[in-house]
Amino acid sequence: MIEEKFDAIVVGAGASGNACAYTMAKLGLKVLQLERGEYPGSKNVQGAILYADALEKIIPDFRDDAPLERHIVEQRQWTMTDSAHVGMHFRSEEFNEDRPNRYTIVRAQFDKWFSRKVREAGVTLLCETTVTELLRNNSGAVIGVRTDRADGVAFANIVVLAEGVNGLVGQRAGLRDVVTPESVALAVKEMHFLPREVIEERFNLKGNEGVVIEAMGTITKGMTGTAFLYTNAESISVGIGCLVSDFQGTGQTPYGLLEAFKNHPSIKSLLAGSECKEYAAHLIPEGGYKAIPQLYGDGWLVVGDAGQFVNAVHREGSNLAMTTGRIAGETIAWLKVRRDAATAANLSEYQRRLDASFVMKDLKKYKNIPDFLHKSGAHLFGLYPRLIAQAAQTWFRVDGKDKRAKESEIIKSFTRSRSLSGLLGDAFKLARAWR
Amino acid sequence: MHIAVCMKQVPDSAQIRVHPVTNTIMRQGVPTIINPYDLFALEEALRLRDKFGGEVTVLTMGPPMAEDSLRKALTFGADRAVLLTDRFFAGSDTLATSFALSAALEKIAAEFGETPIVFTGKQTIDGDTAQVGPGIAKRLGLNQLTYVSRIAEVDQAGQTITVERRAEGGVQLLQTRLPVLITMLEGTNEIRRGSLADAYRAASAKLVSWNAADAGIVDLAKCGLRGSPTIVKKVFAPQARAEAARMLAVEDGAEAVMTEIFVRQPALEAELMRFASGQ
Amino acid sequence: MSDTSRASTKKALPEHFKAYKHVWVAVELEHGVVHPVSFELLGEGRKLADKRGVDLAGVVMGGDEASVLAAAQECFEYGADLVYTVTDKVLADYRNETATKALTDLVNSYKPEILLLGATNLGRDLAGSVATTLRTGLTADSTGLEIDDEGSLAATRPTFGGSLLCTIMTLNFRPQMATVRPRVMAMPARQPGRVGRIVEHPLGLAEDEVVTKVLKFIADRASNKAQLAYADIVVAGGLGLRSAENFQLVKSLAEVLGAEYGGSRPLVQKGWITAERQIGQTGKTIRPKLYIAAGISGAIQHRVGVEGADLIVAINTDPNAQIFQFAHLGIVADAIEFLPRLTEAFRSYLSVNRLAG
Ligand SMILES: Cc1cc2nc3c(=O)[nH]c(=O)nc-3n(C[C@H](O)[C@H](O)[C@H](O)COP(=O)(O)OP(=O)(O)OC[C@H]3O[C@@H](n4cnc5c(N)ncnc54)[C@H](O)[C@@H]3O)c2cc1C
Ligand SMILES: Cc1cc2nc3c(=O)[nH]c(=O)nc-3n(C[C@H](O)[C@H](O)[C@H](O)COP(=O)(O)OP(=O)(O)OC[C@H]3O[C@@H](n4cnc5c(N)ncnc54)[C@H](O)[C@@H]3O)c2cc1C
Ligand SMILES: Nc1ncnc2c1ncn2[C@@H]1O[C@H](COP(=O)(O)O)[C@@H](O)[C@H]1O
Repeated sequence: MIEEKFDAIVVGAGASGNACAYTMAKLGLKVLQLERGEYPGSKNVQGAILYADALEKIIPDFRDDAPLERHIVEQRQWTMTDSAHVGMHFRSEEFNEDRPNRYTIVRAQFDKWFSRKVREAGVTLLCETTVTELLRNNSGAVIGVRTDRADGVAFANIVVLAEGVNGLVGQRAGLRDVVTPESVALAVKEMHFLPREVIEERFNLKGNEGVVIEAMGTITKGMTGTAFLYTNAESISVGIGCLVSDFQGTGQTPYGLLEAFKNHPSIKSLLAGSECKEYAAHLIPEGGYKAIPQLYGDGWLVVGDAGQFVNAVHREGSNLAMTTGRIAGETIAWLKVRRDAATAANLSEYQRRLDASFVMKDLKKYKNIPDFLHKSGAHLFGLYPRLIAQAAQTWFRVDGKDKRAKESEIIKSFTRSRSLSGLLGDAFKLARAWR
Repeated sequence: MHIAVCMKQVPDSAQIRVHPVTNTIMRQGVPTIINPYDLFALEEALRLRDKFGGEVTVLTMGPPMAEDSLRKALTFGADRAVLLTDRFFAGSDTLATSFALSAALEKIAAEFGETPIVFTGKQTIDGDTAQVGPGIAKRLGLNQLTYVSRIAEVDQAGQTITVERRAEGGVQLLQTRLPVLITMLEGTNEIRRGSLADAYRAASAKLVSWNAADAGIVDLAKCGLRGSPTIVKKVFAPQARAEAARMLAVEDGAEAVMTEIFVRQPALEAELMRFASGQ
Repeated sequence: MSDTSRASTKKALPEHFKAYKHVWVAVELEHGVVHPVSFELLGEGRKLADKRGVDLAGVVMGGDEASVLAAAQECFEYGADLVYTVTDKVLADYRNETATKALTDLVNSYKPEILLLGATNLGRDLAGSVATTLRTGLTADSTGLEIDDEGSLAATRPTFGGSLLCTIMTLNFRPQMATVRPRVMAMPARQPGRVGRIVEHPLGLAEDEVVTKVLKFIADRASNKAQLAYADIVVAGGLGLRSAENFQLVKSLAEVLGAEYGGSRPLVQKGWITAERQIGQTGKTIRPKLYIAAGISGAIQHRVGVEGADLIVAINTDPNAQIFQFAHLGIVADAIEFLPRLTEAFRSYLSVNRLAG
């Protein structure tokens, strides 16, 4: 048992836990942070794209020493079939700005750095320490945690659950439901090492420039999901993920999908000669706004993936994690200054601040997307990519056929495969979900 | 009883990559760990402390970031951690390493009490020499017990220790007088998990950090590269076997595999025959 | 600070070391038996001595005249020109104290330029003390020995868990010391009847001056411990076997071949086999004549432990498995299915030929 009592205990040292712990420590709170991994980041998986803005609001000068791999100057959006891809590429010299907006990172290293900042801010971090249970007083308020270490009890005014997508502590405590297979994606990811020069040549990059490829299509075998490829300094992250509910019953495995993706003719040459050194699998909450659980109660609150804060459409997660962590930290510090107890009533301020932030606004905007994807998955991830690729084929092949005939052939191919009303319906549903 | 444990922070060799073009080690992202062999030494030291009372001091020579490993040793329950760090130590071979560590061990004894038992691991996974322990023993005049698989008895009054030592073809039961240096064999125990209070204490503990002068080292010519009689002439990647593996297909059958084995190792066939008829 | 640069990168051998000549091998004599690594080193030492145009000497330290002389004779037959002997009851069992004194005294008296020892528990225990006492350089666990153009010993050894090799030299100190793992060097041909010169040297140490006592020696045969490291044939299994029950297939093949069995590290962690049967960097290094690996991927930590095997046969379902990069013979097959067939092939061959013979 730790004799001292803390202002706050943070469960988890991922993006959200670190943001929260850092914010509180900087505002003068006494914080204990517990992480089950051997070191922060050892268990964390991310593509990974870091969005500068969320971190900048916490550590404004993070660019000085954070381990950033490359800043993104080019985005490729691919729709893939088994043998082709149709792509939209956006590359701009303007992304080579003083304070770039997006970076690739390697989570293990980034989390270590972030954690060092957190500790330097005064947080006490204990690794290889798993929180097993929340401790409550007679009236049910959370007053501390139990860990898997001997004599492993510690007390605090508030416990912040930053435990990530699985959120076992919160579930066990009955604070929220078990995540459903429809609301989480299972993603697998590999790191492929290549010399810096090779990466730069292959992707047409100089200095610290980087490329992002986001892909969808038949690569997920009709399941709802996407694949990605990011360039790091001396490695390439490549991964794919689909809804857990979609995997069930298909006989597909995430690893099988990844193998196929890597062997796709459009991808294979990008990875040629590389050495794969890391393989990881992880869940991503994709339920969106409707899946957000109760976020606070007497003596506790939830941040990051544990609160389902992921914007699946834009592949944003870590920034939502950091932002919710920061807002939670600011709220807790604010309560302390006002000498208000961490009761559910007082913590509702957290919800108010979240609602006012981009986090809730964005998630609300897309609240119907998960349903839409779920229902129209087969078309979106099988049929349409095939049609689009076929259209491109027809269009770009010079074979003596006149262009008008080509146009009507393309249109026919679409309506033949899916009735006009079906097509319009999908477009309408998507537009509505998007709004 | 005050016990010292020498412990090294090493790159996790499982995760080391060799640059395919330049053949240099790519250290980026390679995590560092406590040399796994040293954990057996640490656990044994902790057990002796639990039995006889006293303290365990861990000592590491290395760069400032070796502090991580020392802190980890504290979470396991070590009482004190000493980091010996100085640019003069860079490039030390085993002779220079044992010189610096010996000086620090003498200083530890002077500052925090005599250490009748000094532990090292059997070997490191980066240097991999198993020579630093014997080197320290010689320099400090300690009785040397290497490859110890079990500490049978420590007689504090009589100042003797009895251990089982892994020798060629058997185990020696050895008895000698304290002070001793023990290099602990792997697999002899399992490092404990410290309590939550241990972990908390470790996170906030202040480490002792010494440079060469702090450790009482005057003769810097005995340290680092200058103090190392060996020099590394070149580093290169192991060659792939000149001849690629001969691949047999399942259809060739098990007999084909057996025949190929005998073709390549004719002596083996005769030996097997002898073995078979001897049964 | 006058000079912080490296003092020893250039060859500038101090005058007092110039008298150091000849190549020595410290012979491991325990319980009347010479460890084979000593003969392997004599074979390698012979080449170095010939290249340098000097003598090759064995150093035999032991407790009784008969075994010391027998060992000396073996040294001659494996190529030694002369043998230094130290015979004293005190040396009957290996102890660091006594052996270090004997060997350092010999070095100081007869001044070898190169001193080789086996990288066994005994050799490593002794080499470290002797090198430190003499304040000279030592390259541990070498896998290759050469003489460079300037006549210095260039010892090559693995580093970083076998990912790389490095060549290490002791330019300005003598002797140049190296240890070599058993089975790394080839066993030289024995030349029966070859003779040489014996130089006897006294130890000058009485038992009551020796602090460390050997109370007991428990030989391995008696204690039923795995003899993996020394086995001629080793059959091993890895995670590809999928279950502890399937590991029985490895044992069955081992039994038919009179072999030892072992496995990769995950098997120890899963409790399928005991730790002393783990093969690899953190387990046993083996140098068998035949190594059969079933369902083992061939990670570098495993590789470094088996690379010295004369013949590596790998059975793996994955044609791209790393193990095929260093195996001599590869079979892309399901080990669970193939092992019994291989076992049966050997069983029937051996029984038929036994009957015939
Ligand atoms: C393949 C993949 C790609 C992604 N790509 C991106 C991307 O490009 N950009 C982006 O912004 N987001 C991306 N995300 C999402 C992003 O990784 C997450 O949203 C973000 O990491 C969430 O942070 P968190 O702190 O809530 O959870 P985590 O980072 O998962 O951290 C939770 C921490 O809590 C610890 N923990 C859990 N339980 C306990 C316990 N009981 N006791 C103690 N500690 C515990 C865990 O070990 C872990 O360290 C991706 C996710 C995946 C899986
Ligand atoms: C510091 C450190 C030290 C280590 N020390 C050691 C050590 O001393 N020894 C050691 O072994 N490891 C060691 N390791 C672990 C090592 O890195 C590997 O993880 C380990 O060797 C892998 O064991 P494996 O080959 O049995 O399993 P895997 O890597 O899982 O390989 C299983 C193999 O079996 C094949 N396979 C699957 N099914 C079948 C089938 N039916 N028939 C045939 N083949 C099949 C697969 O294709 C695969 O190649 C160490 C690691 C570290 C970090
Ligand atoms: N830099 C170091 N700091 C502390 N202990 C060390 C250091 N190097 C080696 N040792 C100890 O010496 C043992 C043998 O190391 P080695 O000779 O490098 O195989 C290790 O297991 C450690 O206990």
